Parts: sequence; structure tokens; C-alpha cells
Amino acid sequence: MMTKRILMTGNEAIAEGAIQAGCRFYAGYPITPQNELTAYMARRMLQVKGIFIQAESELSAINMVFGAAAVGERAMTSSSSPGMSLKQEGISYLAGAELPAVIVNIMRGGPGLGNIAPSQSDYFQATRGGGHGDYRCIVLAPSCVQEAYNFMGVAFDLADRYRIPVIVLGDGMLGQMMEPMVIHSLNRKAKGIEKPWALTGCQARKPNVIKSFYLKEGDLEKFNLKLQKKYRLIQQKEACYEGLFLDDAKTILVAYGTMARIAKNVLYKLREKKKKIGLVRPITLWPFPKGIFQQLSVQRKRLVALVIEMSYGQMLEDVKLCTDGKIKVEFCGRAGGGIPTEREIIKKIATL
Amino acid sequence: MLERNDLAIKKIFSRPKSLRDMQTHYCAGCGHGITHRLVAEVVDELEIRERVIAVAPVGCAVVAYDYWDFDCSEAAHGRALAVATAMKRLRPQNIVFTYQGDGDLAAIGTNETIHAANRGENLTVIFINNAVYGMTGGQMAPTTLIGQRTTTTPKGRQEKIHGWPLRISEMLAQLPGVKYIERVSLHTPSEVLKAKQAIKQAFKNQIDEVGFSLVEILSPCPTYWEMSPPEALEWIKQVMVKEFPLGKIK
Ligand SMILES: Cc1ncc(C[n+]2csc(CCOP(=O)(O)OP(=O)(O)O)c2C)c(N)n1
Repeated sequence: MMTKRILMTGNEAIAEGAIQAGCRFYAGYPITPQNELTAYMARRMLQVKGIFIQAESELSAINMVFGAAAVGERAMTSSSSPGMSLKQEGISYLAGAELPAVIVNIMRGGPGLGNIAPSQSDYFQATRGGGHGDYRCIVLAPSCVQEAYNFMGVAFDLADRYRIPVIVLGDGMLGQMMEPMVIHSLNRKAKGIEKPWALTGCQARKPNVIKSFYLKEGDLEKFNLKLQKKYRLIQQKEACYEGLFLDDAKTILVAYGTMARIAKNVLYKLREKKKKIGLVRPITLWPFPKGIFQQLSVQRKRLVALVIEMSYGQMLEDVKLCTDGKIKVEFCGRAGGGIPTEREIIKKIATL
Repeated sequence: MLERNDLAIKKIFSRPKSLRDMQTHYCAGCGHGITHRLVAEVVDELEIRERVIAVAPVGCAVVAYDYWDFDCSEAAHGRALAVATAMKRLRPQNIVFTYQGDGDLAAIGTNETIHAANRGENLTVIFINNAVYGMTGGQMAPTTLIGQRTTTTPKGRQEKIHGWPLRISEMLAQLPGVKYIERVSLHTPSEVLKAKQAIKQAFKNQIDEVGFSLVEILSPCPTYWEMSPPEALEWIKQVMVKEFPLGKIK
């Protein structure tokens, strides 16, 4: 297909990215600030002869995605924070049945009904599993509209390869913001991940079963160990980050998604003033890019990491875990509609 | 040498191909085993075994996929019809059915049930009404009768506190998307045969693309009704059918 440059919102870019990645099933329930995504899917699925369903709830939507994944289709749902809480049951079942699916969360302020302002307060929920049981989801955090588009191809590929739910975690700002971007083909499905386990009717093969229930003594532990092995492999192979000026930095800003863009502006402003600032932007939030933090904290004891979030310190815990007390870790964050400004961040850096 | 065909012996009863040769975990006198078999017989007779995708519930029938010999999926408690909706929309060439208890279909999954029915999904629903929650040990179900004792209604179900038995089939019959609903029972062999006919109709409807079809089956649970298996059948006949009248509802 031809590449073309167009203007799109993050929400629409995610939807188009999914279509280009071969997603042919979408179910969702309206919630701000991701409604453009659902509406875009309603239009596009008609054109590509996929299935769009406006579900009666997020609970139903995620279980529809379970059904779609079980028959082998590339399937997704999207929501925002309160809706993500409802989806946790289904995500746990997807993890337990080892079904691939993509779930988009365009985060808004919480807890409770909160508000519709951008937020990063669902980091714990996304990276710790979110529902019941010992499971993880791969979590991707785009920081611009082009990435929002590109990451959908990655998300579906990872989901299929590891038979795991993949969460694309953005915030209301990314969802609503319009930016120029390039549309290009993302469909690597042709490269082929076979799904012999899918339910298609048992013609010319033994019946398939999709389940997460292991009643016999020892079976569930064995299954969990298998999951853990898969998670270790993902941690080894899929962790991803962007690093800037890490060679000479004395202060490292750590931020993801929209927050990383503000952090980058701060970085370039201070670099102009010859301040030795660097940046680590985690792109996969799970697996968290531990390696770079371990490396920096071993090599450069006098380094200070400043974690900046639209939350009250959720990713902060991962940075602290990885640096293990070897370097100083500071925090700057606001939530509930507040976004740390460049001025606030620069002021904070001055105190370090 | 005499061949089998030379003898006047004809095999007239055997295990359906769609039912595996194994013992079930069900209690003595439970209706789930009978219903599993009826479904398997119908699937064989309609020659759809290789097209079927079953969605099993959370409830006593959670491991139905161990007993049926065709493609099956689990669904979270109450969500079977959401799961089945996506399957059928994506694969209209398959025959997709759900098998659900009264807690699954008419309490925790009421929303999924009503909306799948209201969308007129071309699905077949086998609905087991045993008036209790079996799997969790005999608590009140939405279908529990007035006066019926369960672990959570120690003095019997009372209208004032617990509300009335929910006739969800009659409710669903109001929806234009619903094409066929029949209530049947397992309390005598002739009722079992009628149940099989209704199940067959509900599957035929899907094959003919008629639309949402549901069969409600009054099913004995001697264990949590605290009765012997014959007493349980008698209780359906004398008591349960008064609250849940048999016959075609739509
Ligand atoms: C979310 C959730 N809540 C509760 C349960 C526990 N639970 C398992 S089966 C069941 C009720 C089953 O009753 P019913 O649907 O009537 O089927 P039966 O066992 O009687 O066949 C409940 C409450 C569960 N597994 N998941």
C-alpha cells in the first residue's frame, strides 16, 4: 500500500493502526476520552468487512473479545479508566486461557468516576496484572500519534506470538490530540503465526478446548509455572525504551507517554544551558526496561533519577526496584487533571 | 460363519458420537448428565458435530467440555452469551451454542443474556433451571421457589426479603429478537423426549438462520433439594411446574 501523510487524533490513529494490523473484531462501550476510537471502528469495520459491536458494558465487550480471540481472530477493545476496571475479569480469563487480544486504555483521572482529564493513574493496574491471579500483560506506552499508530502492529504481533493480552496505555491527551502522521501497512500477519488451537469446528482434527480451569491437584501450579516461564522470556526479549544523553547525564528524567514529551522539552531547554540532563522513556511498561536502570545505577553512583508522572508515583516504584537504592530517585507528579508543567519540573530539578 | 447382519439383532441404542465414553462428576439423579446426552444426540442427528462450538458456563457444568467431543470454550461466570456472540458473528458457518445454569444466565449474566437476545443473535441457548446454585453448595438462585429452603434462605425464600422466582424465559419472550423459547422438563421419560425435540428445534433454528432460540429445562438437583432422585422428579411434577409452566413460550 502507498504511504500517506494525514492529520489524525491519537484515538483514530490507534483504530486505524489496528485495522492495518489485521484486526477484524472490535467491541466497546462508550467512555470519554476514547469515544473517537469506537466511532472510527464502527465506520472502518464496515469497510473492511470486520465485526463491530457496541456492547452493553465493558464486561460484555471484553468477553466478546474473548470469544473472538478463541475462534482465532485478531480482536480488540478499548476503554478509559472506569471501563478498564470492569474489563479486569475478562483480561484475567484471557491470560488464563492464553488468548491473544489487544486492549487500549486511554486513561483519565480517578479514583471512582474521577474526571475526563488526562492521567497516568492506571499504571499499577496495567503493569501488575490488574485482575485476579498471577499474570501479566505486555504494556506498550506510545507518546505521539505516529507511535500510537505504529504500536498497534507491534501489539497484535506480540499478542499472537506469546498468546497474551497486550495493553496499549495512553492518556486522554494522546487520545484527543491531533498530529500529522504517516499511514503505512502494519499487517505482518502474512508472516504467519498459526493458531491451531483456535475453535473452528473439529473437522479433520481432534476437538479443541479453550479454558483456564485446572481442578486436578498440581495441574494449576504446573500451568502457572508455564506462564511464569513465558513471562521471563518476554522480560528477556521484549523490554524497550528510548534513551537520550545517557552518556554524560548527571540527572536522568524518567517519564513515559505524554509526560515524556514534556520531559523532553525540559531536557532540551536545560541542555541549551549546558545542564547535563538525560532521559529514559520506557516504551514497554511491562516488561519494564530494568536493564538500563541497573546498568546506570551500577556505573554512575552519583546519578539522580527524577521520575515524572501524571500520578502520585506509580512507575516510581519500578524505578526504585530496579535501582535498588544505589542511586537517588526523586519524584515529580500530579494527577486528577493536574499535569506537571515544564516550569514545575525545572524548579524541581533545581532542588536536586 | 454367521455375520452380525445375518442375525436378527440390530443396534438401536448406543452412545452418541458427540459424547465421550467416560464417567461424569455429576451427583446421582442430576439433570446435567441427561441434558448433555440430549445435546450430543441432537448434534449427531443433525450431523453438525464438526461445525459446533459450545460455550460452557461456570456452574456444575463447567467441565462440559470434558464430556462433549466437539470444540468447546469456557466463559467467565455469566458471560457465555457475550463470548458466543463474537464467535457466531465471526464464524456464521459454525453452530454456536451456550449451556448455562440459572445463576449464570439469570443472575450474574442477566445483562449479557438480555442484550444478546435483544440483538437477535443467531444462537442456541440451553438453559438449566434447577432452582439453586449447585456448584457453590445450594444457595438461592433467581429461580428458587417461594418457601424453598437453601443455604442462604434457611427459612425458605420469602417474597418480602428475596423477591419472587424470576421467569426469565417469559421476560425474554417479549423481545422481538427472540424467535423461539420453550420450557421443558426432565421428570419423566416422555418429558425427556419432549426436551430433546425442543433442543433439536433450537439447533435447527440456528441452521436455518431463524435467530435467538432458547430451551429452558427444569432439571432435578436431588443433592441441594435434599431429596432422593425419585422425590426430586416428583417435586418438579407437583411443585416446580406450577411456577414454571411447561410448553412453548414463543
Ligand atoms: C465472578 C464469580 N462469582 C461467583 C462464582 C462462584 N460460582 C460458581 S458457580 C456459581 C453458581 C452456579 O449456579 P448455576 O448457574 O445455577 O449453575 P448450577 O451449578 O446450579 O448448575 C457461582 C456463584 C464464580 N465462579 N465467579
